[in-house]
Amino acid sequence: MSLTGQIKQNISISLIILMSGIIVGIGYILDVHYAYHGFLTGMAIVFAFFTSAGSYWYSDRLVLSLTNAREASYSGYTYLHNITEGLSMAAGIPKPKLFIIDDPAANAFATGRNPANGVIVVSTGLLNLLNRQEIEGVIAHEIGHIKNYDVLLGTIAAVLVGSVVILRDVMLRFGFRRGVKRGEGGNPILLIIGVLLLILAPFFMTIIKFAVSRQREFLADATSAYLTRHPDGLIKALEKLETNFASEAMAHLYIVNPFSQSFDQLYLFSTHPPIEARVLRLKSIRGL
Amino acid sequence: MWFLYVVLGVGLLGVYLYNRLIVLKMRVNNSWRQIDVQLKRRVDLIPNLIETVKGYASHEKELFAKVTELRSIIAGGGSVKEISEANNMLTGALKSLFAVAEAYPALKANQNFLMLQEELSGTENKIAFARQFYNDTVMISAVQVFPNNMVATIFSFKEAEYFAIPEEEGEVTKVSF
Repeated sequence: MSLTGQIKQNISISLIILMSGIIVGIGYILDVHYAYHGFLTGMAIVFAFFTSAGSYWYSDRLVLSLTNAREASYSGYTYLHNITEGLSMAAGIPKPKLFIIDDPAANAFATGRNPANGVIVVSTGLLNLLNRQEIEGVIAHEIGHIKNYDVLLGTIAAVLVGSVVILRDVMLRFGFRRGVKRGEGGNPILLIIGVLLLILAPFFMTIIKFAVSRQREFLADATSAYLTRHPDGLIKALEKLETNFASEAMAHLYIVNPFSQSFDQLYLFSTHPPIEARVLRLKSIRGL
Repeated sequence: MWFLYVVLGVGLLGVYLYNRLIVLKMRVNNSWRQIDVQLKRRVDLIPNLIETVKGYASHEKELFAKVTELRSIIAGGGSVKEISEANNMLTGALKSLFAVAEAYPALKANQNFLMLQEELSGTENKIAFARQFYNDTVMISAVQVFPNNMVATIFSFKEAEYFAIPEEEGEVTKVSF
């Protein structure tokens, strides 16, 4: 598929809409059936929103304090600053802040709730492993995450998963009493479907959340190719990174999945698409 | 009554489209200025570069004179055409300056020179990225699309020009050993 086609194709948004649809569906069956009139579902979303609001708003500071990253000095990392400034000019966003992690494992990630608060963190291992062109591809990928508001989208996905979990817990514990107490009975089949949905929904929602994350990785790859006009930098970087694995959590923020995996084994539960698939897509860009 | 609503609707749409074109125009202007900022930065780096290189390669006088002259043309402010021509020539002159530096191992090991080289190649890249962004901005700002084109005709908005590379830069440089 062509480059602009890959950027415009927005599967992740459709997935978010699907997640919202699942919540509305469950909310409809349970709330209407038990005469809560949407109150419970609304409360679950509000509650999930507030638990995620902090990690969204302080996403930059939070991750930095967790990872022990230090700010990259201009004199020590001039080339990195130059690469980042140039690429953010090409993307039309303010230059993100640059941080360094002292870690021999090669990796990089981006965070920040909007481009004005963008932060890019790279490990010393990445800087040692890759040459300038490859680093440019990686930084462009991270700038893609910032430009595409992936922290915002990730937060929305987390809120949706969170609210379905809250809804399940509340309903399984207290929710069904009310209907029984009032003797409203209702349709038992609908009740069974409702309970089944409630139990299964968090599982499905989590899988969809991972799918959203993988879609955003493809999008950031395409954005990287668009900014550098040279997909080979990122292709070579990914191929080099394939043999390098990190040991940290927060996998969804990284350029490659830090946990080793085989293609089909953990695919449903991985934040990143397999590197082979990403390289294949990038090569299809190059071919056009 | 419905007639009034139609007039109001068309009026609001017109205001919206007009404002959007204004915003896009400002965005194009801004991205054009980004290129200027980088060109200015490159010019500012030159005196320092000449000073450093002079210490090692004092007999490359011709090259120094040319770079200094181009710099003064750009800094002195001439017509837009003169300045852009001087900038294009400066790109070539700096390339040959760095090629010359290859012949002086002591210069290549100089910390200050290495820093300037990184600074200048970084700036060259930024000029390229700024031009790329300018062209991207021009592309989305197309006033040819309906109904933008009607508003553009009424208020005489013109399509911004793409940045095109100068003829001589388009040719592939021959490398001989």
